[in-house]
Amino acid sequence: MDELKLYTYIAVFGSFAMYFAIAWWSRAKSTSDFYIAGGGITPVQNGMAIGADWMSAASFISMAGLIAFLGYGGSVFLMGWTGGYVLLAMLLAPYMRKHGKFTVPEFIYDRYYSKSARIVAVICLIIASLTYIIGQMKGVGVAFSRFLEVEYDTGIYVGMAVVWFYAVLGGMKGITYTQIAQYCVLIFAYTIPAVFISLQLTGNPIPQLGLGSTLADGSGVYLLDKIDMVVTDLGFKEYTTDNMGGSLNMFAYTLSLMIGTAGLPHVIMRFFTVPNVKAARASAGYALVFISLLYTVAPAVGAMARFNLMNTIMPAAGENLEYAERPQWFKDWEKTGLLQFEDKNGDGKIQYVADANTNEMVKVDRDIMVLANPAIANLPNWVIALVAAGGLAAALSTAAGLLLAISSSISHDLMKGVLKPDLSEKDELLAGRVVMTLSIFVAGYLGLNPPGFAAGTVALAFGLAASSIFPALMMGIFAKRMSGKAAVWGMVSGIGITMLYVFQHKGVMFIPGTTFLGGMEPNWFFGISPNAFGAVGALVNFSVAFAVGKVTGPAPEQIQQLVENFRIPKGSGVAHEH
Amino acid sequence: MENNNSYWRENLRLIFICLAIWFVVSYGFGILLVEQLNVIRIGGYKLGFWFAQQGSIYVFVGLIFWYSAQMNKLDKKYDVEE
Repeated sequence: MDELKLYTYIAVFGSFAMYFAIAWWSRAKSTSDFYIAGGGITPVQNGMAIGADWMSAASFISMAGLIAFLGYGGSVFLMGWTGGYVLLAMLLAPYMRKHGKFTVPEFIYDRYYSKSARIVAVICLIIASLTYIIGQMKGVGVAFSRFLEVEYDTGIYVGMAVVWFYAVLGGMKGITYTQIAQYCVLIFAYTIPAVFISLQLTGNPIPQLGLGSTLADGSGVYLLDKIDMVVTDLGFKEYTTDNMGGSLNMFAYTLSLMIGTAGLPHVIMRFFTVPNVKAARASAGYALVFISLLYTVAPAVGAMARFNLMNTIMPAAGENLEYAERPQWFKDWEKTGLLQFEDKNGDGKIQYVADANTNEMVKVDRDIMVLANPAIANLPNWVIALVAAGGLAAALSTAAGLLLAISSSISHDLMKGVLKPDLSEKDELLAGRVVMTLSIFVAGYLGLNPPGFAAGTVALAFGLAASSIFPALMMGIFAKRMSGKAAVWGMVSGIGITMLYVFQHKGVMFIPGTTFLGGMEPNWFFGISPNAFGAVGALVNFSVAFAVGKVTGPAPEQIQQLVENFRIPKGSGVAHEH
Repeated sequence: MENNNSYWRENLRLIFICLAIWFVVSYGFGILLVEQLNVIRIGGYKLGFWFAQQGSIYVFVGLIFWYSAQMNKLDKKYDVEE
């Protein structure tokens, strides 16, 4: 066994052993432990757990790669996935915590006094969460197969077993404490390589400052200027100004991601775990601090990865790398098929340019940038091993949070809430664990047999949350006369219009060739791409709800009383005893 | 009752201020006014680009803590804290 593999085994299985120990120590004894960790998590702990819950394989592995190739356009992910927390802290979390129930559909049921509203919310939640889980399971499989050189399938089985152990045993309590450990693993794994690379390139160890510094090669040229120069010379769009199809599309894209973030149930339910309203507000702040540690480093990682990649292939202007002399990481990733070279002009050298006819780097998968980055920069093997453990921590922590959201919505909202209200607490706890086990099997199955539309569905998850859940919750709090009927109509039309637009572009259920209304230009609605359409869906939701509300009249007096009550923090301590 | 209503009005005013700043730094400086701001530079960063990839995130963090602190004061002032 070589050194890298040994280190990787130590990092991965060492971190797994830690998660097991934490899970055993914090196992759940009641439904309150299982759904909301007994309501006794401190804001700093909760902030870290939200950070791990939130930062998935997509944040850890994919985001910096997206930024590396989109440049300035990649800002939509940075602003979109952080700005949502401002909305959560001010518009949703404190009031939902004050109301003090276990799940998001339960809040919707209480506020809109309607079982159909609750069921619509459960359906949105399950679709959004399941599509998200597929991505996490794939991340686990890829990390295992690349770093430990086991089969992709074996990787998924190991991942399922680990999540099963601590999620089923510990519920929200086990998940919370494990997520705190996972946050520490993933943030170290992300920042340490970034610090090394920033130091190498600019002499500044802080990546956020390094990105704005001059190169350490003595030329006095700023890193970003150099990247702009190199990429435009090769015909690519300028790194710092390429705006991804225009300002309006960026605007709508950012807004969709922000309100989608604020509407994702697995994040919202984390706010039910703190003791009071004050702690709910504070934990949103701490969550964003912990998240921004990664999100402000990501643009540096992206830009520096792009720079190193370009520099490896073209060490100086007009001078290209001989294919025969390519470095080891290049060969490793060629084996995976994620990096492909084709010697079109037969000169034995690598030409990497924007023009598709002469470009010889026929495939550079964006997802390899973070994983390959330490190797590209020649960092020591233990750093590379750490990245593997970090990627797994990111994928597993998010998967666990999503599984809990799904199982609680089924056992608490559907079984206890709708089908069998007399379920005892002990039986409900058992049901929660059974449903979670089943969900893990479904997630594992989807990870092993990813449906063809997996890539497109993460966007759909945000679109759904943005166009259905967020507006319903916000109106529930800020428009106290909004009636149940109006909210249901709003949710249904918001989701409907968003799904229509996405399917019209990408095929019904993402099956190619089933696009309808053929002959329309892509992004025909003011140039807005399908991923950015959630914001429009939300607007439709708000408008329809207010219009229907005008016709059907206000919510009953006792519901307006309920709203008055959760608008003020006083008395939230007892709210759990229901 | 009157007490709760004025508490809510003050809360709405705070939210409005915060979201206005939230909007200006991200959608304003980061997207709509990015070209104008890019003329100004801090180190290697063009200012608009910096707001889009760094600055807006720092402001978001500050906003949440400021809002929380203000709300804690309001809770005390109107005697609705826990």
